[in-house]
Amino acid sequence: MGERSLELPAYFAALGSGSPKPRQKFGGMFCNVEGAFENKTLDFESLRGAPKLSRGDLSRTLAPPTPQSPRSAAIGDRLLIKGGKIVNDDQSFYADIYVEDGLIKQIGENLIVPGGVKTLDAYGQIVMPGGIDVHTRLQMPVLGMTSADDFYQGTRAALAGGTTMILDHVFPEAGVNLLVAYEQWRECADSKVCCDYSLHIDITRWHESIKEELEALVKDKGVNSFLVFMAYKDKFQCTDAQMYEIFSIIRELGAIAQVHAENGDIIDEEQKRLLDLGIKGPEGHVLSHPEEVETEAVYRALTIAKQANCPLYVSKVMSKGAADVIAQAKRKGTVVYGEPIAASLGTDGSHYWSKNWAKAAAFVTSPPISPDPSTPDYLTSLLSCGDLQVVGSAHCTFTTAQKAVGKDNFTLIPEGTNGIEERMSIIWEKCVTSGKMDENDFVAVTSTNAAKIFNFYPRKGRIAVGSDADLVIWNSKATNIISAKTHNLNVEYNIFEGMECHGVPTVVISQGKVVLEDGNLFVTQGTGRFIPRKTFPDFVYKRIKARNRLAEIHGVPRGLYDGPVHDVIVTAKAVAPTPTSRIAPCSGKIPVPPVRNLHQSGFSLSGSQADDHIARRTAQKIIAPPGGRSNITSLS
Amino acid sequence: PNPNGRTSEPHSSDRLLIKGGRLINDDHSFYADIYLEDGIIKQIGENLIVPGGVKTIEANGRMVIPGGIDVNTYLQKPYQGMPAVDDFYQGTKAALAGGTTMIIDHVLPEPGSSLLTSFEKWHEAADTKSCCDYSLHVDITNWYDGIREELEMLVQDKGVNSFQVYMAYKDLYQMSDSQLYEAFTFLKGLGAVIMVHAENGDLIAQEQKRILEMGITGPEGHALSRPEELEAEAVFRAITIASRINCPVYVTKVMSKTAADIITTARKKGPLVFGEPITASLGTDGTHYWSKNWAKAASFVTSPPLSPDPTTPEHLNSLLACGDLQVTGSGHCTYSTAQKAIGKDNFTLIPEGVNGIEERMTVVWDKSVATGKMDENQFVAVTSTNAAKIFNLYPRKGRIAVGSDADVIIWDPDMVKTITAKSHKSAVEYNIFEGMECHGAPLVVISQGKIVFEDGNLHVNKGMGRFIPRKPFPEYLYQRIKIRNKVAELQGVSRGMYDGPVYEIPATPKYATPAPSTKSSPAKNQPPPIRNLHQSNFSLSGAQVDDNNPRRTGHRIVAPPGGRSNITSLG
Repeated sequence: MGERSLELPAYFAALGSGSPKPRQKFGGMFCNVEGAFENKTLDFESLRGAPKLSRGDLSRTLAPPTPQSPRSAAIGDRLLIKGGKIVNDDQSFYADIYVEDGLIKQIGENLIVPGGVKTLDAYGQIVMPGGIDVHTRLQMPVLGMTSADDFYQGTRAALAGGTTMILDHVFPEAGVNLLVAYEQWRECADSKVCCDYSLHIDITRWHESIKEELEALVKDKGVNSFLVFMAYKDKFQCTDAQMYEIFSIIRELGAIAQVHAENGDIIDEEQKRLLDLGIKGPEGHVLSHPEEVETEAVYRALTIAKQANCPLYVSKVMSKGAADVIAQAKRKGTVVYGEPIAASLGTDGSHYWSKNWAKAAAFVTSPPISPDPSTPDYLTSLLSCGDLQVVGSAHCTFTTAQKAVGKDNFTLIPEGTNGIEERMSIIWEKCVTSGKMDENDFVAVTSTNAAKIFNFYPRKGRIAVGSDADLVIWNSKATNIISAKTHNLNVEYNIFEGMECHGVPTVVISQGKVVLEDGNLFVTQGTGRFIPRKTFPDFVYKRIKARNRLAEIHGVPRGLYDGPVHDVIVTAKAVAPTPTSRIAPCSGKIPVPPVRNLHQSGFSLSGSQADDHIARRTAQKIIAPPGGRSNITSLS
Repeated sequence: PNPNGRTSEPHSSDRLLIKGGRLINDDHSFYADIYLEDGIIKQIGENLIVPGGVKTIEANGRMVIPGGIDVNTYLQKPYQGMPAVDDFYQGTKAALAGGTTMIIDHVLPEPGSSLLTSFEKWHEAADTKSCCDYSLHVDITNWYDGIREELEMLVQDKGVNSFQVYMAYKDLYQMSDSQLYEAFTFLKGLGAVIMVHAENGDLIAQEQKRILEMGITGPEGHALSRPEELEAEAVFRAITIASRINCPVYVTKVMSKTAADIITTARKKGPLVFGEPITASLGTDGTHYWSKNWAKAASFVTSPPLSPDPTTPEHLNSLLACGDLQVTGSGHCTYSTAQKAIGKDNFTLIPEGVNGIEERMTVVWDKSVATGKMDENQFVAVTSTNAAKIFNLYPRKGRIAVGSDADVIIWDPDMVKTITAKSHKSAVEYNIFEGMECHGAPLVVISQGKIVFEDGNLHVNKGMGRFIPRKPFPEYLYQRIKIRNKVAELQGVSRGMYDGPVYEIPATPKYATPAPSTKSSPAKNQPPPIRNLHQSNFSLSGAQVDDNNPRRTGHRIVAPPGGRSNITSLG
C-alpha cells in the first residue's frame, strides 16, 4: 500500500468528478475540451494529404471493403517473407521466414524454397507474431439485441488491425446450460469467423450441476477459462461463497478463473440513488460505477482466489486503483493477471459528460472508463513494467440506435465499446512510441503472454519453426488516424476518433495466407478455426502446484481435553436460524467418544489453582478448573 | 458542559484535593492542583481555596490523567444461553482496578429479538451491577422490518449513538453488501457512529468446512479458518461502502497488520475511518493457538483472531502512536475454560472472547510509552480522549478540565507489575497476558469523584455506575461529513433530448431478470418523447460515415443517428 499513499488523495480528486465540468487535459492533440476538436480534425485531414504523400504507400488507407476477393485462395499457401526484423517477446533478429501449409517452416537466411513462392518484402519493417485479442464479445446478447459487430465483421476488423486470433466470451442466457451455450457460439462462430478463435465461458448463474458442466467443457470442448461476475446484481452476480466454490472447482480442473470485478450491490444502490436524483444520462453510468467499487471487487476477488489457491485473471482493468491492487498482490505472491483493454489504455471517461448524448453513450462499458485523465498513462506504465500482462479489447459494439434504448435511463444503455481493430496501434502509440516499452515487450503484451496464460504457446504468440503462420508485418513509421469513417466496424462512432497512431500493419498473414496487404482485406467467412486449449497451463499452474504441496496444513496433536465442560442448557438459541446454511454447521463432527487418553494429556489438575481466591459464580457447574498451574502460567 | 441524565447522589466524602500532580491532557501537560466536588472537577490551579476538611491526596509530581474509556466490552454477551463469566459487576471492578473509569458495552440482541428490548435488558443489568459509568453500543444482528423506527427511538430517546454491523457470522449476524449500504445510509441520516465487525463471513464458513473436513478440530483451526486476509478484505469493503455514502466508519477490533494498513491507506485518501485495536492485539499474538495445551490455546479464541505474525503488536502500536489508529478497546468477553470446552472437539463451537479490560491501560503504556513510541499526551488520547470525541462524550469525559466529570487517575509510570491470573480481578482462571511484565500502573483511581482504587484495594459498590447517554452527530465525525455532503452534490448533464432512431426491443425480452426482487427500478424512465428541437444538436443530413457498411438484416434503422459533424468530433 506504500506507493499508493504517494498518489493524490483519491477522495479529494474525485470530489470534482461529480460535476459536469469536462476535465481539461494538458492540451495536445487528443484534447477533450468540448468542441475544441472539430477544427483540428479538419486540419489533420488537409495536413495528411501533403507531407505524408511521399510514403503514401505505407500509410494505410483502409479502402472501401472490397468484399472478400477470391485472390487469397489463388496465391497458394507458400510465402516467403524477406528482409524483415523478426521480433519475439525475448529477442529480435534479422531473418527470412518461409511459410507453408499455414505453418512456419523455415527461419534463417538464404533459405532454400520451392519456386513460384509469393515473396513479401519486409525490408525496414518488423515481423512479429499476430496479435491475440483475449477479450471480445462479438455476439453478446443484451435485452434481446445482439452486438452490432458479429463474428464476421468483428474478426475482419481484427485482421485489419493486426490481430490474428480472438478469444470470445460465451455468454449463456439465464437458465441455459453452459454446454448448450457453447455449442451455440461454436456454430455461429464457425460459419463466420475469418481468423482463428477460441472461447471463454461466462458463468452467469450458479447452479448445482455446474461442476459437471465445467468438467465436460474442460475435458471435451477445449475450454480452459471461465469468467464469473461480481456485478449485475440479481442477474449474473455471484456471492463470495459461490465464487469460492467455483474457484475451487476451476483449480481442480486446471483452468483459469476470470472475474468481472465490480461490487454489484453497491452499484445497484448507487443506480437507484442517481435515478432518484434525476440523473438519467450516460454520466450516471460512471457516477454509479465509481472506481472504488472496481477496486474493492478486485481486492475481494484476490482474497478469494488466494484462499482457494486458484490463479486469477482480472478482465478489464479500467482504473488506477484496481491496477494498483493487482500490482501489490503480485508483489505478495498471488498468481494474478490483469487485462487492461484498448479503451482504458487509449482514452478516458471525461466523455461521459459530453453534451452529445450519442457520443457520451458510446463510451458506456463496465467497469466504466475512468474519468481520471491520467489513467491511460498510468495503466500503460504498469503494462510496460509487467504488473499488467495482457491487453484485450472487450470489443462489444452497439449502434447508436441500440444504445438509445437507454436514452432516458442510463442503466438500460447496452454496455460495450469498440477496440478490436485499434488495439495493436493504440498500444504501439502509447507504449512503444512513447518509449515505455520496446518492441519485444510489445509482442509480449499483445500476443505471447496471452498465448502462455491460455495455453496455446508456442503454437501462437511466437515466430518459431512449427508455429502457426499468424504474422504481422508492422511498419512503425507509418501513421494512421483512427476514425469512424475508415474503420471496418458496423457502428457509426469510434471512441478513439481522431487519435493519431504510429505503427500500422502493412501485411497481415493468418493461417499462412495474406489477409491484409496494401490496405486491402482478403478474407473469407468461416475460414477461422476453433483452437482448443488444454488445461493446466504451465505458465500459470507450475506455481500453483508447488504451493498446493506447501500449503498443506496440519493440526496440533494434543491430548484430549479432559477437564470439565460447561453444560449447554438451552436449546441453542444462537444457532443459525436459516435453513440454507451450506456450512453444515459442523455439529456432526462432535460425536467423537470422549476417550480419555491419559498418556498424551498435558493437564495436571493437582496443586493450587490460579483462581482459587475468586468467588465462584453460582450458575456454573464446574468442580475444578482445568489446566494446572504449570500449564496456565506459562502463557507468555 | 455536562447535562447528564441522572444526578449522582452526592456523598459527604465527595470532596477531594489532589495536590502537586502533573495533569496530562491529550494536548499538553502542566503542574497544578485539582479540586473535585460532587463528582465534578471544580477547580484547577495552584493555591486553590477549598473548604476545610477536604481529603487531600499528595500526588508528588506523579501524573494525573483522565480515566480510561474502554470502548469495546461484552460483559453480558450470551453464548448459547450461557453468560460470560465477567458480568457488569466483575467486569467493571476489573476495569477500575486497571484505571478505566468508563466502559461502552455492546448490546448483542439475539437474531429475532428487538433492539429496544435487548437494550432495556442490558440497561437494567448494567444499572444494577456496574461500578463505573457506562454507555451502550447496540449491535445490529438482523436488518428487519421496523428496525428503522427502533433505531430512531434509540438515538433520540435512549442516548445511543453507535451501532455495530457484522460482516461475518454467516447465516447468523452477517449482512449483505446491499444491507450494509442501506444500514449505513440510514445510520448516517441519524448521525450515528457506524461500527463494523469486519471479516468475510462467506469465506470463513467455507474455510471452516474445509478445515473440519481435514480433521483439524483444535483451536488452531480457528486461526487457520480466519486468515488475516479475510479481515483485510472486509475492512476494505466496509471502507468502500462508507466512502460511497460519505459516512464515517469505525472498525472494531483491528487485529492484523494488513487490516491496519488498509485503514491507514484509506485515511490518507480521505474517507473518515477509525480503527480500534484491542488489548489482545496490542499485547500478544496468535502463535498460542498452536499451544499443546488445549485450554491455553482456546483461551485466545476471539474473532477476528489474534494474528499469528509475532510482529503484529509492534506494528499496531506504531500505528496507534502516529494516529493512524485512534482508540483502544479491550473486546473483553471472557468465558471460563469449562465454557470454552464446549468446543473441545470442534473449534467453531468455542465461545469467542478474550480478557483485557483490566490490562488495557497498562499494556498500552508498556508497549507504546515505555518503548518511546508515543508520549503521555498521545497515551491519554488513545486510551480516553479520542474515544470521548468519537462517541460524543467530550469534554465531559476524556479531559481534565473544570466542569468535566471527576474521573481521574494518578498514574505511576515506574511501577512494574506482572500480569497473572492469580492476581487479576476477572473471574476467569487464565489470563492471555500471563507473565507479561508491564511498566506503568494506576496508583489511585477516582471515579465520579470518589476514590475507588488505592494501594491495590478496591472500594466499589454494585450499581454505582451511571448510564451516560450520548447525543447523535458527534462534531468530531460529522463536521467534515456535512461539508463533504455539500461539496459532493451531483448534477446531471443538461443536454437536448436524443431524437435519433431507437432500436426496438422485442416484446418479450428473453433476457428478463430472473430474480423477483430486481431492485434497480427500470420503470423510472419513459417520459413522453417530446421532441425538443431547440436544444438538439443532432443533424441527420449529409453522408453518413457508415453508409458503405452493409446493414445487418436484423436492424430496423432507417438512418444512422448523429450527422457527420457530430460523430467525427469525438475525441
